[in-house]
Amino acid sequence: MDFSLFWSSLGPLLLGAIKGTIPLTLASFALGLMIALVIAVMRISPNKLASAVARVYISVIRGTPLLVQLFVIFYGLPAVGVKIDPWPSAIIAFSLNVGGYAAEIIRAAILSVPRGQWEAGHMIGMSRNQALVRIILPQAARVSVPPLSNTFISLVKDTSLASLILVTEMFRVAQQVAAFSQEFMLLYLEAALIYWVICLILSTAQTSLEKRLDRYVAH
Amino acid sequence: MLPTDFALQVRGVTKSFGANTVLRGIDLDVPRGKVVALIGPSGSGKTTMLRSLNGLEIPDAGSVTVGAGATSGLPALSVDFSTPVSKKARAEQISLLRDRSAMVFQQYNLFPHMTVLQNVIEGPVQVQKRPREEVIAEAEALLARVGLADKRDSYPFELSGGQQQRVGIVRALALKPQLLLFDEPTSSLDPELVDDVLAVIKELAEEGWTMVIVTHELAFARQMADEVVFMDGGVVVERGPASQVLRKPQEERTQAFVRRLLHEL
Ligand SMILES: Nc1ncnc2c1ncn2[C@@H]1O[C@H](COP(=O)(O)OP(=O)(O)OP(=O)(O)O)[C@@H](O)[C@H]1O
Ligand SMILES: [Mg+2]
Repeated sequence: MDFSLFWSSLGPLLLGAIKGTIPLTLASFALGLMIALVIAVMRISPNKLASAVARVYISVIRGTPLLVQLFVIFYGLPAVGVKIDPWPSAIIAFSLNVGGYAAEIIRAAILSVPRGQWEAGHMIGMSRNQALVRIILPQAARVSVPPLSNTFISLVKDTSLASLILVTEMFRVAQQVAAFSQEFMLLYLEAALIYWVICLILSTAQTSLEKRLDRYVAH
Repeated sequence: MLPTDFALQVRGVTKSFGANTVLRGIDLDVPRGKVVALIGPSGSGKTTMLRSLNGLEIPDAGSVTVGAGATSGLPALSVDFSTPVSKKARAEQISLLRDRSAMVFQQYNLFPHMTVLQNVIEGPVQVQKRPREEVIAEAEALLARVGLADKRDSYPFELSGGQQQRVGIVRALALKPQLLLFDEPTSSLDPELVDDVLAVIKELAEEGWTMVIVTHELAFARQMADEVVFMDGGVVVERGPASQVLRKPQEERTQAFVRRLLHEL
C-alpha cells in the first residue's frame, strides 16, 4: 500500500466530507425532523384520516430500502416527467427516510409522557395543541435524544449511498481516487476511518446534549 | 331560582366507562365560600365526579352550573350534558367550565421541565394572557404564603412531596378560579409532610375559598368541611354537616365506612 497516497488523498476526502457528507447530513436531518414531527403528531391525532395517512407513510418508508427510495426519486421520477438534480434528490430521499423513522421515535416519546401532564396542561386551560407544544414536547425531547442520535449517526453513513446518484460526497471522492490510483483498500479504509471519526465526535455531542437536557431530572 | 350565593350546583350527573357505570345521578350543592368534602370507598366515583367539574371527564348526562364570579363579575355558567351538541360546541363548553375551577392533583402533576415559578405562571401568562410582571409578583406572594419563596427557581424534582403539593396549590390559586378542587391532596405524601399541606388548605378555607375536596382524612374533613358528602357505588348515600355524617351517620353504608376508617387509624 502506498502510504503517501493516504496523506495526499486526505485533503480531497475531507473536502468531500465538508462539502458533501456533512451538509447533506445536516440538511436531511433538519428537514427529516420537521417531517417526523408532523407525521408523529398526525399519527397520535384523534383525526382518523390524519392518523391513517401517517401510519401508511411510516410503513412505506420503513418497509422499503433507502437505496430504492433514492433511485425512485432520481432515476424513476424522470420517467413521469419529474427531473430532479442529484443534490436535491438526495436531500429529498434522506429527509423523507429520516422522517419515517424519527416519527416513530417522537411518537413513542410523546406517549411516554405521563397522562397527568396532559391533564395538568388542560387544567390550567390549555388546548390540546398548546399542551403538546409547551408541556409534552419539551419532555418528549429528552426521551428522544438517544434514539434520534442513532438515526443521525446512521444518516451520516447512509449519505454514502448518494454517491450512486452522482452526488460528490466523501465516498464518491474516495471511489474516484481509488479508481485512478488502483489503491482500493487504502482509500476505502481511509473513508471508513473518517466516517468513524465523525461518528465518534457525534457520540460525544450526544452525551453532552443529554446532560444538558437532564438538568430537570433527578439523578 | 337559584340563590345568588351558590358556587356550584350539580344535577343528575351520570358517567359510564364502557359497561362500567361509575356515576349514577349525582347531585351536589356548594354554597359560595363553603367547603364540601367528598368521601367514600375506593371506586365509588369520587375522582370521576371531581374531574367532571374540571372537564377532565365529560359526563354522559346531567348538568353542572357554576355560580357568578364574586370578584371577576362573570355570570353564572351552566353546561347541560344531557342535551347533545356538536363535538366542537361541547369542547367550547368544557373550556368555559374549566376556566371557572382549578384542580390540585393527587400526584401533583407539576411540569418537571419548568421551575417552580414557571409552573405557577404558565397558565396565567400563556393561557390567560395576563401581564407577565403582574403575574410574577402575584406568584411570588403566593409562594411566600406557603413558605416556598426561596424555591421559586428550583425544579420540581428538587422538592419534597409536601413542597411539590404546595406548589400545586399555588399553581391552582394563580389561575384565580372560583372553585378549588382537590383530589386526595395528601394521600401521596409521607405522613410527616401531610400537616404542612393540610395547614395551607385550612388557611384557604378560612379565607373563604370555595372548595370541593376528595379525602380519606376523616379528621381533616371534620375540621374543615362545612358539608360532607358520602358516595358509594356512584350515588350519594348521605350528606350533611361534617359533625353529623362523620359522628352520627344515619345510613348503614356510611356507618360501616366511617367505622372501618376509624379502625384503620
Ligand atoms: N378513565 C377511565 N377509564 C375506565 N374506567 C375508569 C376510568 N376512570 C375511572 N374508572 C373507573 O371508574 C370507577 C370509579 O373510579 P374513581 O377513580 O372515580 O373512584 P374513586 O372514588 O376516586 O376511588 P379511589 O378512592 O380509589 O380514588 C372505578 O371502577 C375505575 O376503575
Ligand atoms: Mg380517587
